[in-house]
Amino acid sequence: MRAFAYARAATPSDAIGADGRLIAGGTNLLDLMKLEIETPDRLIDVNHIGLDEIAPDGDGNGDGLRIGAMVRNADLAADDRVRRDWPLLSRALLAGASGQIRNRATTGGNLMQRTRCPYFYDLAAACNKRDPGTGCDALAGRNRNHAILGASDHCIATYPGDMAVALAALDAVVEIEGAAGTRRVPVAAFHRLPGDTPQRDTVLEPGELIRAVTLPAPTGGRQVYRKVRDRRSYAFALVSVAADVTVADGAITRAALALGGVAHRPWRDPDADALLVGRAPDGAAFAAVADAILRGARGHGDNDFKIPLARRTLIAALAEATGTDVRTAA
Amino acid sequence: MSAPIELKLHHTMDRPDSDNLLDRTAQGVISAPLDRPEGPLKVTGRATYADEDHPDGTVHGVLARASVARGWVVGMNTAEVRAMPGVLDVIRDPRLLRSPAQGQASRAPVQNPAEIFYVGQPVALVVAETLEQARHAALAIRPDYEAREPVATADGQPCETPPAKQATQGDLDAAMTAAAHRIDVTYTTPAMSHAAMEPHAAVASWDGDRLTVRSSNQMLKHNVAELADALGIRPGNVRILSQYVGGGFGGKLGISHEAVAAAIAARRLGRPVSVALHRRTVFEATMRRSETRQRVRLACDADGRLTGVGHEAWVSNLKGERFSEPVTQATPFTYAGENRVIGHHVARVNQTTAGSMRAPGEAVGVPVLECAMDELAEAAGIDPVELRIRNIPSEDPSTGKPFSSNRLEDCLRAGAEAFGWADRRLTGQRREGEWLIGMGMASAVRVNMLETSEATVILLADGTARVETDMTDIGTGSYAILTQIAAEALGLPMDRVTTVLGDSDLPPASGSGGSFGAASAGSAVMLAAQAIRTQLARRLGCDEAELTLKDGAAIAGNRMTPLTEVLAGDVLKGNGLIKPGKTEKTVRQATWGAQFAEVAVSALTGEVRLRRLAATFACGRILNEKTARSQCLGGMAFGIGSALTEEVMNDPRDGHFVNRDMAEYHIPANLDVPEMTVTFLPDRDPHANPMQAKGIGELACCGTAGAIMNAIHNATGIRVRDFPATVDKLLDRLP
Ligand SMILES: Cc1cc2nc3c(=O)[nH]c(=O)nc-3n(C[C@H](O)[C@H](O)[C@H](O)COP(=O)(O)OP(=O)(O)OC[C@H]3O[C@@H](n4cnc5c(N)ncnc54)[C@H](O)[C@@H]3O)c2cc1C
Ligand code: SF4
Repeated sequence: MRAFAYARAATPSDAIGADGRLIAGGTNLLDLMKLEIETPDRLIDVNHIGLDEIAPDGDGNGDGLRIGAMVRNADLAADDRVRRDWPLLSRALLAGASGQIRNRATTGGNLMQRTRCPYFYDLAAACNKRDPGTGCDALAGRNRNHAILGASDHCIATYPGDMAVALAALDAVVEIEGAAGTRRVPVAAFHRLPGDTPQRDTVLEPGELIRAVTLPAPTGGRQVYRKVRDRRSYAFALVSVAADVTVADGAITRAALALGGVAHRPWRDPDADALLVGRAPDGAAFAAVADAILRGARGHGDNDFKIPLARRTLIAALAEATGTDVRTAA
Repeated sequence: MSAPIELKLHHTMDRPDSDNLLDRTAQGVISAPLDRPEGPLKVTGRATYADEDHPDGTVHGVLARASVARGWVVGMNTAEVRAMPGVLDVIRDPRLLRSPAQGQASRAPVQNPAEIFYVGQPVALVVAETLEQARHAALAIRPDYEAREPVATADGQPCETPPAKQATQGDLDAAMTAAAHRIDVTYTTPAMSHAAMEPHAAVASWDGDRLTVRSSNQMLKHNVAELADALGIRPGNVRILSQYVGGGFGGKLGISHEAVAAAIAARRLGRPVSVALHRRTVFEATMRRSETRQRVRLACDADGRLTGVGHEAWVSNLKGERFSEPVTQATPFTYAGENRVIGHHVARVNQTTAGSMRAPGEAVGVPVLECAMDELAEAAGIDPVELRIRNIPSEDPSTGKPFSSNRLEDCLRAGAEAFGWADRRLTGQRREGEWLIGMGMASAVRVNMLETSEATVILLADGTARVETDMTDIGTGSYAILTQIAAEALGLPMDRVTTVLGDSDLPPASGSGGSFGAASAGSAVMLAAQAIRTQLARRLGCDEAELTLKDGAAIAGNRMTPLTEVLAGDVLKGNGLIKPGKTEKTVRQATWGAQFAEVAVSALTGEVRLRRLAATFACGRILNEKTARSQCLGGMAFGIGSALTEEVMNDPRDGHFVNRDMAEYHIPANLDVPEMTVTFLPDRDPHANPMQAKGIGELACCGTAGAIMNAIHNATGIRVRDFPATVDKLLDRLP
């Protein structure tokens, strides 16, 4: 670890525009610093700035929820309102990391967590994300946990988290404050695709602070989070699917799907979701939407299997969300 | 204290035991499911592990690594790194190790950090005032290499075929041709890592020419010899302390980088030096289990009687390593069949050193043989349990030697009954919604060994006793069982016996490995206690066999005398030594078991959910039912990892260990481990040792993975012949 200066912010405004790197739970940043993959000169500790409340939110009726950036993952997952109205979020959080990590990890930090590409973690490897212009050793290397959608020749890494996948399906919005004021970015647009600048994970600008994440009122749909991984807990997703689906009178009236583990950001495809609307929940409908979502999917060797896996996981999640017998769904 | 009066009892296992001391003692603590005496220390953090006790002035060393897989280090920016804050030294001593020592080597492993054989090989030790400074400086080391093209993987490489490791009997090809049913299949298992909870660490300090190293090691008498040889000093000047070891699984059998580097640095700097390996270094620079490719051929007649058994293995290791994963170790004697082939082939690769890992050989060989047996059972239309029972040989079919005891059939029958095997349906017949349900089984077999081991037991004048041996407790329960053995033999309550372990100045034990630790070190303790019994009997004027010791008193004839009275102020010492003898050669010794698994496999995603595991074992006298059971639960969890989650991933270009942390090397997590039941059959093996106990900890991981794989087949109809059964291997074949 490199030596660094440390400052403690007392209020959000201390953290905005401050010269240095924010540290919240530290569960990602400290690991990266110990390995010298991240080498900030100065840390700004945001653990004492407040922003740790979960409160009703929304235009007038307060049916939405406002989650402070410093709310811990464990507290958010256990919140009664979340468990009742946005169980998808609770399940996604509980499917991530371990109990100890969730006790420390924050909402803001979780959104900002970096990829788990092993070459990103290896200072001896070529990695455009860590060291722009050096190349990408994952392309011809071991890429089991890499992207099948939206990748570029510069980087095939994934955003590894679970919480943001649920938030994307729930149409949550990130509230960001910078020197120029506050802006609101949908979670689905918060993470970037790698393009030729994979060093930038998100649209957050230097000096900006994530203040909160807001959830619109629940849709009334059935919410499902299905995470497939190499062991049953304490592993990142190979593929995960967040689904929020409403069925009325035998037909789907609304569907929002998001995929995790497959791209540089939680993957949403509202056009594909729309294919479900008006259709009866059955295997043909599920296959059609899965194929539409995955039409541009491309594997890189180790991760080729993720394409059929994503297709099948989508179908499994849709079957569960609509109460469809899996035997007719598959 | 008066000088102890010593009696030695040295015993070589040339004949089966006929005395059976532990069945005629009276204290009643042997076999009881007692807690570990050191348990409270461990769970409250007061047990000091290797890197938890730093003498004043200790400084920190961190190993710098090679980033190429093969070649030579021809230069290094040492001057620049030496000038970094806090840095005290950059050491490139030719005595630094290339690889850790193999188990029981008792001499230095390959040394010299200048020639590179694998990515991650240590090239230098950087020592600094603080751990953070040392880590930072070690990352700043930039070696100049003269690199060579590495052999990144064993695929397609030429192999060595050591003649002593090949065997042929009869004509297997002819047997295959003539067979009513035959199987000829190839399986692969991946490289695996021990991933013990405590990373390797050593703290070295010198007092003149005497070196003391606190380290995390499994076999101190061998480790002293290895360390002394590596450093070029006399073994008599080396003391190793490993009082508590946070898991080893074979990964700490031999002396490793940290002890040698710490000793060299401490000498140069005149200060104690701690070298605690980073988890990544543990993964890439200590040991791995070799990946294997295994071809199994089985031929049987119409009744399922085996006529041919072929098992050939391809494994890998670094150049210059004599060890190679003994995949087929149990195959020569597990099942009958007059035509047999055993093959063994070793490729030389530029990857992390391959060495012993829990049940070397059987851990990967038995599951594959058991999968092949399952395939044969299906081909022949015979129940898998029945097929095995029909093929249990009456003697070792490869040597003609009798078994010391063969309890496989008992385990299979009792295990099947307890598990409810009769409810198993034919392949692909059970479904619960999304989930396909299946049951599978496998035999468990592991060779049984005894190693030379010595111990001292001292009975103090106050009627308390102390056990002393350099045996280690790597989390297995050595403290508990050695205390129990002495307490049982001397008729003392547990709290009157103290056991001191993990100090190489104490009498040399077998060490922990090969599942021989409890039987070997335990026998030495029992013999030492028996020597004290003999002394007590003499004092009471009776035969040792007529003496009953219980609750601190001696009963001889009709008289009960408190031990303190018998001792009359004297201190008695017994020295016990056990050596393997003819019973190692005249009979085939093994431990036996049967494992049963039930799985659910998602018909949609291929996810495997293990629902339950049940195992029945026969492995001699059980010394402590609780620690024995814990060993088996741990072994079975190990097997779950082999079947479902664990795999070292190597980069195809330079062979480097890609998933070198606990987030990406997937040992089973709690949710992966379902309800497990363990049953021990009452058992004694007089050929094994005077306690008639046998090895346990490794047996439990032999077979488990086979049972799980066979259950997956029963659920889905899919044979996964490439371990572990991750979703990608099932996906395209799901019904
Ligand atoms: C072994 C392991 C397994 C894991 N498994 C999973 C998993 O399965 N699923 C999953 O989703 N996650 C997993 N995680 C990741 C974990 O969820 C993240 O580490 C955690 O959420 C990060 O939160 P934090 O508060 O600790 O962030 P920190 O480490 O403190 O910060 C991370 C980043 O966020 C920035 N940041 C923090 N707060 C703000 C803010 N308010 N505004 C702007 N920037 C901010 C920091 O500057 C830093 O760059 C795992 C982590 C580990 C170590
Ligand atoms: S995939 Fe991205 S993060 Fe991984 S090595 Fe390539 S550039 Fe780096």
